[in-house]
Amino acid sequence: MAGKPILHYFNGRGRMECIRWLLAAAGVEFEEKFIEKPEDLDKLKNDGSLMFQQVPMVEIDGMKLVQTRAILNYIATKYNLYGKDMKERALIDMYSEGVADLGEMIMHLPLCPPAEKDAKLTPIREKTTNRYLPAFENVLKSHGQDYLVGNKLSRADIHLVELLYYVEELDPSLLANFPLLKALKARVSSLPAVKKFLQPGSQRKPPTDEKKIEEARKAFKF
Amino acid sequence: MAGKPKLHYFNGRGRMECIRWLLAAAGVEFEEKFIEQPEDLDKLKNDGSLMFQQVPMVEIDGIKLVQTRAILNYVATKYNLYGKDMKERALIDMYSEGVADLGEMILLLPLCPPDQKDAKIAQIKQSTTNRYLPAFEKVLKSHGQDYLVGNKLSKADIHLVELLYLVEELDPSLLANFPLLKGLKARVSNLPAVKKFLQPGSQRKPPMDEKTLEEAKRIFRIK
Repeated sequence: MAGKPILHYFNGRGRMECIRWLLAAAGVEFEEKFIEKPEDLDKLKNDGSLMFQQVPMVEIDGMKLVQTRAILNYIATKYNLYGKDMKERALIDMYSEGVADLGEMIMHLPLCPPAEKDAKLTPIREKTTNRYLPAFENVLKSHGQDYLVGNKLSRADIHLVELLYYVEELDPSLLANFPLLKALKARVSSLPAVKKFLQPGSQRKPPTDEKKIEEARKAFKF
Repeated sequence: MAGKPKLHYFNGRGRMECIRWLLAAAGVEFEEKFIEQPEDLDKLKNDGSLMFQQVPMVEIDGIKLVQTRAILNYVATKYNLYGKDMKERALIDMYSEGVADLGEMILLLPLCPPDQKDAKIAQIKQSTTNRYLPAFEKVLKSHGQDYLVGNKLSKADIHLVELLYLVEELDPSLLANFPLLKGLKARVSNLPAVKKFLQPGSQRKPPMDEKTLEEAKRIFRIK
């Protein structure tokens, strides 16, 4: 078996953070090679390392995998975080994709011009409390178990708890009426590997700094 | 085992078309219940049938599945179109996601403001010929096999061929310099189940026209 997975990305959350969370929660040590200037990204492109000239890219088990979902699916399968059969996988996928939809909206907020930001925040808050959080609260309520699927920790729980931290960063009051989600968050956060990842000094990345985004925007021309 | 899968969507391509293609290519008969009025969508929402109040939704094997990828992954697994092991699945996912990225740009084109449309089309054409098609041509060239992964038809081939038809509709000249992709398109199109799906009268949906776009906007309350 090869060495540790190597993550290629910027030194920030972006589209790599969910991968960091999943590896960490699975108790897998990983290395990071940060892209700091345009030349670093060019080198990866010219190397033929990036199938679609994009990051995230993760070197794992002899492959250079790109596309966030391809990477997540592989890790989840490898470390038994993807349910026990097809039907559990379907539920896990359905829940993970819902998390990804809300997560995508939140991820793009820092890229938004300050003038538009408030306008964007309102629908996000509304969807959080009226669509997404109730859906997940209902799942937990329906079976009364500790985890979303199959009474066992899966990637769905990890993706959801990561999202709950972002929702809390946006506005803690958004979680107010969701006791089962709050309990899931606490329960998953207490798992040794997750607890470690949540501590200062881990590879978890801080909230995206708008100043950093401006710098990245200029450097990488987007 | 339950009856045929039942697809809930409006009568157009949108986010359901790739699911129709996959089921059809797998030789699976399916039923469609079209959402024609906003009230039809409301009924599904109030029923508790839509986990996130959205379609596509597919009733299959006793589950009401939403989220395009959840549905596609389930269908692919069930009908052996997802590779033989984890590593093949990883390649299939990587390729399928690349197809989805370009597909998403093309899907959203009708919603683009008219003054931005030409620029958007130019960008799509550029991505097509400089990024996506070369990547897939290269895969086929690298192993010289008939299919993208594991020398066997998988969801990746079906999604890619569906995309190639969309690219062709946008501008046939975009496919000019990609002989292996043209070969794949022809080969997959000739598979009996796909050939049948490509014929008039099948459940394949036509390109979106102004009328269908207006209808979709009305049903989904998009401005």
